[in-house]
Amino acid sequence: MASVSPEFALLLAGVLFCLGLIGVIVRRNLLFILLCVEIMLNAAGLAFVVAGARWGQPDGQVMFIFLLTMAAAEVAVGLALLILHFNRRKTLNADMMGGG
Amino acid sequence: MLSWIWCIPALPFAGFLVLAVFGGRLSRTLTAVIGAGSVGLSFLAAAAASALFVSYPPAGSSYTLLLWQWVNVTGFSPAISFTLDSLSVVMILVVTGVGFLIHLYSTRFMLDEEGYSRFFAYMNLFVGSMLILVMAENLLLLYLGWEGVGLCSYLLIGFWYTDPENGRSARKAFIVTRIGDVSLSIALFIIATTLGTLDVREIAQKAAAMWPVGSALAVATAALLLGGAVGKSAQLPLQTWLPDAMAGPSPVSALIHAATMVTAGVYLIARTHVLFQLAPAVLLAVAVIGAAGILIAGLSATTQRNIKRILAYSTMSQLGYMFLALGVGAWSGAIFHLVTHAFFKSLLFLGAGVVILAMNHEHDVFAMGGMARKSPFTFWTFLIGAFALAAIPPTTAGLSSKDLILSQAWQSGSAGKVFWALGIAGAFVTSVYIFRLVFIVFGGKPRAAAPAGHAAAPAHSHGAPAGTGAAAGRNGMQAGAVMGLPLFLLAVLCLVGGFLSFPQFLGGKPILVGFLQMTLPQGAVAAEASVQTEWMLSIIAEAASLLGIPAAWLIVRMRVRALEAGGAPVSAAEPAHVRFLQGGWGFDWLYDQVFVKPFMLLAKVNVRDVVDRVFDGVGGLNMLLSRGLRWTQNGRVRWYAAGAAAGAVLIVAAVVLL
Amino acid sequence: MNTVFALSACVAVAATVLTITRRNAVNALLYLVVSLLAVAVIMFLLGAAFVAALEVIIYAGAIMVLFVFVIMLIGHESIAMNPRAWIGPSAMSAVLLAELAWVLARGKLGGPPVVEVGPKQVGIALFGPYLLGAEMAAFLLLAGLVGAFHLGRRRS
Repeated sequence: MASVSPEFALLLAGVLFCLGLIGVIVRRNLLFILLCVEIMLNAAGLAFVVAGARWGQPDGQVMFIFLLTMAAAEVAVGLALLILHFNRRKTLNADMMGGG
Repeated sequence: MLSWIWCIPALPFAGFLVLAVFGGRLSRTLTAVIGAGSVGLSFLAAAAASALFVSYPPAGSSYTLLLWQWVNVTGFSPAISFTLDSLSVVMILVVTGVGFLIHLYSTRFMLDEEGYSRFFAYMNLFVGSMLILVMAENLLLLYLGWEGVGLCSYLLIGFWYTDPENGRSARKAFIVTRIGDVSLSIALFIIATTLGTLDVREIAQKAAAMWPVGSALAVATAALLLGGAVGKSAQLPLQTWLPDAMAGPSPVSALIHAATMVTAGVYLIARTHVLFQLAPAVLLAVAVIGAAGILIAGLSATTQRNIKRILAYSTMSQLGYMFLALGVGAWSGAIFHLVTHAFFKSLLFLGAGVVILAMNHEHDVFAMGGMARKSPFTFWTFLIGAFALAAIPPTTAGLSSKDLILSQAWQSGSAGKVFWALGIAGAFVTSVYIFRLVFIVFGGKPRAAAPAGHAAAPAHSHGAPAGTGAAAGRNGMQAGAVMGLPLFLLAVLCLVGGFLSFPQFLGGKPILVGFLQMTLPQGAVAAEASVQTEWMLSIIAEAASLLGIPAAWLIVRMRVRALEAGGAPVSAAEPAHVRFLQGGWGFDWLYDQVFVKPFMLLAKVNVRDVVDRVFDGVGGLNMLLSRGLRWTQNGRVRWYAAGAAAGAVLIVAAVVLL
Repeated sequence: MNTVFALSACVAVAATVLTITRRNAVNALLYLVVSLLAVAVIMFLLGAAFVAALEVIIYAGAIMVLFVFVIMLIGHESIAMNPRAWIGPSAMSAVLLAELAWVLARGKLGGPPVVEVGPKQVGIALFGPYLLGAEMAAFLLLAGLVGAFHLGRRRS
């Protein structure tokens, strides 16, 4: 039995996720968008861990590890693309991304 | 033994197919040979079949040839099958015989027209459809033939299609008969659903068993059948199309609108006589319609100026006699009159055709005159036809049949006497109008033919090439051998045709009537009336007809005197009563006001079609949606991200809440 | 231990809000690091010590550093920060530090005992039932590595 009630922890995870989503939609800077995606991933991971702790199983932590791995790979490639994009367009403004 | 009777309608159809496909490439002679020859061969086949039928009558006095099953669902399985009984034997002989003569005539008559092969193709199709109609064993096949002849009537009335007036007349004919066709098809629906069959013989058995006399179903069905018949036979109230149908060539008028198609209504009632006998009220209506038609059409005919319109109203009037005969129970008499009418009416039409051709397609009788001197042959044959129509000896054709009808009318109860009186009045009027025509056209001083290209005044003109006058002028007013032979043969038939069923009290034998009574019921009266009554009736009828001749003479004299005295042009405005009669008792005007004008108004109001708008609306809605959704494709990445996020939120909400 | 949890949760939320509203990228980064640390504390409270450590090491330690590197490469904003930017993160970090100190001083977490799911269990699970997943994670990392390398190559 955890001392932390899972409901509150999940609520926290949900709040963090929503904040991350807001950030993705609102911010214009590509870098910030990526950052907020990380926030969302982290929140999801927290939710997994909470679930695992509730049942006392290691599965939640295992999922978190996978998630972490995925986030790392994604950040690596995403940032590389961001750099390339910046080198070509000289701007990180997402609104300028469309069209030719 | 009679298993080859399918050849009888097949030959004209074959002719139609050949002419329709190859017609343009064949020479005129070959077209004529195929066109007239197919009907001629069909006549030979019909004659052979009839001879076989008469010498070796099949069991039950009818022979049925089943070709194949047309429809086969439970409770309804009509077949393509032909039946040969005495009624259909008579009909096929009339259709093919008179039809062949008319085809022969038109090989010369239509020689200078364009569309020669088209004409014969249509005519062959018509003959084939008519033969199907009269040989059909079930009402569905009959309806097929019925529709076929209606189509051919439309095609042939509007044969000279370059003149929109002809197209209008053709449409009018088609639409008015269509109303009758709808009535007929409703009757077929009722019969098929309640009796479960459309086979004529089975209908007779089942209806007699299942429907009591005067029951609602019987009355409804008979009335609807009557509706179909009046449409095709141009009786009240659907008679307005026949005078306008004269826009077609004269052979067409002879074949379709005198001898065969318009008699299809009479044939239908005779064929389904069992149903009519189960509904005496409808039979009475038949007689009333017939009697009214006799007088209305007859009186209208006395004022017409167009030679073919006179004959058209005459046809309407004579069909009225046939309907009257059916109504008073003279079933065989009606068919006999149908046969004799085919003889003399087609003779009259063909003769009129010769006159019209010689006068460069002039149709106004007042522009003609003195034809007797110009062409004695045409005059004498036409005169024989006129005598037959008026039932005056020495022609026996019209005489016997009309006598039969009137005596039957007299003998069928008190209402019958009224009908008899109307019939006598009709005979008088008939005599008046036909002799008026004879006196005006054939009597008096010869008038010069109108110059080529002259458009006939009130008649429906047609796009005749200028060469027509030269062709007619080639043999002047003479009908050539090819046109003359049919006229001659028909005249002979008019003279002796009455002997087919000469009245007994005059010493004749009712051959045809007896033959027909193998299929049709005898009249309401079993025995003939006394010989004295018969003589009396005959004499009164003859007197009425003969009185018509001097009456006609007087009318013509008055007109001619007015012409010579006042010098007023013949086409001066007529007095009101004459115009009323000329317009067919105002039926055209009435229908125009009640049906045509409101319909055109409705059409004008609905110009941007309401139903169409609904479909346009679907398209418009689509465009609207597309325009709206186009805003979502704005190329902005964050917009797409936001869209994805919103969608995800909605889905989660849906999963959670629902 | 709900107080510790509540405190950490507040810190995490506040830090995240501040992250997404900053103008300066480096400020946002700093706040995000604080948020991640707070989440790590919460994971400790849940008894998942292993992943809490991983969160700090990999997430806050490696991934955030990558972001820093990129900012350095792009350099479109001044890396230099004004000292006032330190206030917020410092305050929150101080809170976390206080919690840590308090727990260490007490010697135990206090409150009802927490079921710990230790690294050993996680390891057994990872290389037992989730072996396939572990191998695929390796593939993913390889792909990321190769992709990043290829994308970052200087075009010659």
